[in-house]
Amino acid sequence: MVDLSVNLSGLTLDNPVIPASGTFGFGYEFAELYDINILGSFSFKGTTRDPRFGNPTPRIAECESGMINSVGLQNPGVEKVIAEELPKLKKCFHKPVIANVSGFSLDEYVTCCEKLDKEDQVGLIEVNISCPNVHGGGMSFGVCPDSAFEVTKAVKAVTKKPVYIKLSPNVTDITEIAAACEEAGADGLSLINTLLGMRIDLKTKKPVVANKMGGFSGKAIFPVALRMVYQVYEKVNIPIIGMGGVSSAEDVIEMMLAGASAVQVGAANLVNPYACRDIIESLPAAMEKYNIKTLKEIIGGAHNG
Amino acid sequence: MKQGIFTVTENRKIASSVFEMTLAGDTSDITAPGQFVNIQLDGFFLRRPISVCDCEDGTLRLIYKVVGKGTEAMSGLASGTGLDILTGLGNGYNTEVSGDRPLLLGGGVGVPPMYMLCKKLLAEGKDVTVILGFNTESEVFYEEEFKALGAKVLVTTADGSKGIKGFVTDAMNGIDYTYFYTCGPEPMLKAVYNKSTTSGQLSFEERMGCGFGACMGCSCKTKYGNKRICKDGPVLVKEEIIW
Repeated sequence: MVDLSVNLSGLTLDNPVIPASGTFGFGYEFAELYDINILGSFSFKGTTRDPRFGNPTPRIAECESGMINSVGLQNPGVEKVIAEELPKLKKCFHKPVIANVSGFSLDEYVTCCEKLDKEDQVGLIEVNISCPNVHGGGMSFGVCPDSAFEVTKAVKAVTKKPVYIKLSPNVTDITEIAAACEEAGADGLSLINTLLGMRIDLKTKKPVVANKMGGFSGKAIFPVALRMVYQVYEKVNIPIIGMGGVSSAEDVIEMMLAGASAVQVGAANLVNPYACRDIIESLPAAMEKYNIKTLKEIIGGAHNG
Repeated sequence: MKQGIFTVTENRKIASSVFEMTLAGDTSDITAPGQFVNIQLDGFFLRRPISVCDCEDGTLRLIYKVVGKGTEAMSGLASGTGLDILTGLGNGYNTEVSGDRPLLLGGGVGVPPMYMLCKKLLAEGKDVTVILGFNTESEVFYEEEFKALGAKVLVTTADGSKGIKGFVTDAMNGIDYTYFYTCGPEPMLKAVYNKSTTSGQLSFEERMGCGFGACMGCSCKTKYGNKRICKDGPVLVKEEIIW
């Protein structure tokens, strides 16, 4: 028997596989297909203080081995998430869930996190700092160490649950942002969010997505994500949830060797709704193949020696 | 929704750039006309959503137009090819509210879903009129197939090379209908919406990520709240539409 369990700041997960925010909704669509309680946990749809429709459509463009999305954080707002989505989710998912939070001002992050921190179902709060800061002239909180520090500090002050900051890869040096979050008291880090990308339609000669640019995800970004997890692992001493293009049990193992304590699966869920189940089911055989008995023992294994 | 492997049994050109593909597999999750399937193709990241033309006892029929690389690859698939397909996607048309004399309007590749719908309405004993709209004669398909089902069929072409010259709305004059169902390009849907004198159901198209409601890639605003074209649609009722 192999041991798939991992720990995230005191939270024990049966296995490291977590559907990434925005690719799993609030779980219901997938619960129709399989028992989602086999998941380590899951990160629900990015939630903001106020309801958001998001960006105009088209919001999706295809790429080689990946896709671009510019959904723009469509969600019903934190009040409705707590009043309607979480009770519904409780019926199909019985493990602690990861609450993914976004905001456009410090105050929004604080309000949202404060509310979700009180929910028993929430095991961990994942703070997405990739959205533009309306008070900072539209620049993302996640691109500057000072604003990343500020958000982390403010959110930590109003929460008891572990706080993981989700980092953007669209920065000069992700390790600097990571270090700022650790210094501000972050319990862990999630990385990477999508890479800023675009496609142009040759027939119309205009960008495919209405917002012109969007977040590039899928298989193609795995090496970039892996590299960033590896670099951040060397810089900080807090756990990392690794993500970006993960679509197989082998990718999970590779991500953990780079330094991830758990792994999120994103775009793969959208093309194969059984992706997470398939990965979890094939992990034991993959571990045996590579002589791994206890999965958590390989975390950061690529850095030794 | 169900995931299954289907086998291509036939894949043939039926009009200019338009192909008909017949597949064998588990069709048990397809419960209403107007639903769609999402097809995984080798070498493409996202699946291809294609509306269901007809399905019966394990036989699935799709009609698609070659508009990009994905549909071009589909057109080259040989009989015997296995395809990973998600079925039973979308809400589909509700036939219960049609009244005795429903009017069906399909434009271009909006025609295929009208076929299964027409079949169902006729089986329910209704008097069905179908208007099929195309750009030009070489693009016309399924006129005979609809006639064979027992529907009254009118064909329009934008250039007048076949049937009535003009758009589907030009053939609506004088038809006494109790309800309408339509599928086609958005300007056509809007024209039908404006000209119609009864309630109806309109099927919309949008670029999709997943096709089953998870990614929020194809959302739209309606009078009944935000909806996902793939999951809460693609069929919307006339009263809820915001143009």
